[in-house]
Amino acid sequence: MSLLAVDHVGPATSVQDGGRFGAQRYGLTPSGVMDRPALAIANALAGNAPFAAAIEIGPFGARFTVRDGCVRVALAGAAREATAAGRPCPMQTTVLLAAGESLVLGAARDGVFSYLAVEGAVCGEPVFGSLSVNALAGLGSPFPRPLRAGDVLALRDAAPLAQERRLPLAPAAQGPIRIVFGPQHEEFDAAAQELLVASEWRVSALSDRMGYRLDGPAITRAHGHDIVSDGTVTGSIQVPGSGRPIVLMPDRGTTGGYPKIATVVSADLGRVAQTRPGHAIRFRAVTIEDAQRAARHMAAHIAALANLVQTGGAAFDLAALQSANTAGVAVSAVDAATWQSPTGPDDKDQP
Amino acid sequence: MAPLLPDPRILPSGDTALTVEFGRTVDTAINARVLAFDRTVAAARLAGVIETVPTYRSLLVHYDPVATGFADLSAELLALARHPAPPEGSVRRWRIPVAYGGAHGIDLDSLAQRHGLTPDEVVRRHTAGDYRVTMLGFTPGYSYLSGLDPSLATPRRNDPRTETPAGTISIGGIQTGIQCIAAPSGWHLIGRTPVRTFHPHREPMFLLEPGDAVTFFAIDAAEFATSEAAAEAGAIVAERIAP
Repeated sequence: MSLLAVDHVGPATSVQDGGRFGAQRYGLTPSGVMDRPALAIANALAGNAPFAAAIEIGPFGARFTVRDGCVRVALAGAAREATAAGRPCPMQTTVLLAAGESLVLGAARDGVFSYLAVEGAVCGEPVFGSLSVNALAGLGSPFPRPLRAGDVLALRDAAPLAQERRLPLAPAAQGPIRIVFGPQHEEFDAAAQELLVASEWRVSALSDRMGYRLDGPAITRAHGHDIVSDGTVTGSIQVPGSGRPIVLMPDRGTTGGYPKIATVVSADLGRVAQTRPGHAIRFRAVTIEDAQRAARHMAAHIAALANLVQTGGAAFDLAALQSANTAGVAVSAVDAATWQSPTGPDDKDQP
Repeated sequence: MAPLLPDPRILPSGDTALTVEFGRTVDTAINARVLAFDRTVAAARLAGVIETVPTYRSLLVHYDPVATGFADLSAELLALARHPAPPEGSVRRWRIPVAYGGAHGIDLDSLAQRHGLTPDEVVRRHTAGDYRVTMLGFTPGYSYLSGLDPSLATPRRNDPRTETPAGTISIGGIQTGIQCIAAPSGWHLIGRTPVRTFHPHREPMFLLEPGDAVTFFAIDAAEFATSEAAAEAGAIVAERIAP
């Protein structure tokens, strides 16, 4: 075994994987990763399954030191300065740390969450198939709470001789966040629905892994009352009495009594999660068919990531990388639009 | 032949879930349809379905849009809704101890006064009830119960409390609730149970299922303290009387 010690971390730093499914009927929320494609990239580099457990690092800096053995790490998601044993450690590039060496991470330069994947993945005891931290429920492994200084993670030893692996950075996706109206859009008149897509919304500082509150014009409900509670999803846009929408995130309550005017499409949830407080987002309504096409594109891209990983010291060749994409995916992970709107809504080639 | 019931409405909840809505009101007949349909969906093992969340009035179906699609799954679910549900089987019945009033139920006196009853009479009516779990949600193990004596129905507080303790037994509208972990609440706190409907280190992790039958019985503060310590250590504490 190798040991990775937490020297210091900021808040909102915890072990997360794809989430804990199967007990929402008992009120247990899935938790899990805030930015799924970023976790998948970090894990592809580390040689793990796409949604294996990794360390989700909040917006502040952090420092880890290998106490014993050797650990290979890869960082993806929100870009930040990083050094490994004093050497620059670029985003989306593996680095091997030996005993006594430290990984020092600066604050996120852009975005909120970065993902530190380790070769062999974070080890622990899964509950409902997941190691994800759900502090409210006292679940998560190896620690049922966010990480803090002094924690030590026991990891599998990294293969010492493997080559460096890297994935090119994709420019940040642009454009409005896609939504599907419903399930309770009928609680709102046409003007209120139009306000949702016509307005600029700023992410409030009162945002966390349960929900992102949006500041902007108040959305008025036609009937002026709450609904009888029903189930929520990650991405539900609920409108409480204040009229300020809240986008529900992975630590949401499983049911809620506020009407949900719309739902963020799953392929764009990571972009919402990476929007910093004070920064703006806009919404664009799409059909359920378009949203599901986007979800299938996203799944195909994530499945193709392992094939896009570059190894060794050769100079990076974009053309070679794109031609190496043999998974039948029309665009590659280096395409700026990969996570946004892959090949347009009419593409019929996807599974 | 059974009367033909109206089809439920199917509403998209984004691209990874859909809501099967049987009604929009708090109605035990609607809830019974939801729970019956939940059993039907579980038995059908439809491709792509990940899990379901029954509520008072609707069933949320989480699914994988790579394995199925909104139109296909909607059609399958509507077809299932037109078939009779599998039989309920024998209902599980629980007796749950509650320490009422005082520090355990800080709103008991004001709730009694509001209804022109003595606190003891509120306890008598609450313990006389035969309840059913309509849904679990909000926080782990939080159980919403139907069957409250209508004379005890009380609107939510205007000023919700930001923190209420684990095990709180409360009244909100025509429902009564069993809360498992400390959380905010706008309901009226009439007592506390030592029972943990959710315990992360106990088998089973969750005690109550939607559809279970529940009655309450009163215990005193000393019994509460003893039982709560046992429950924290993983004891069930609640009495399962059937099946």
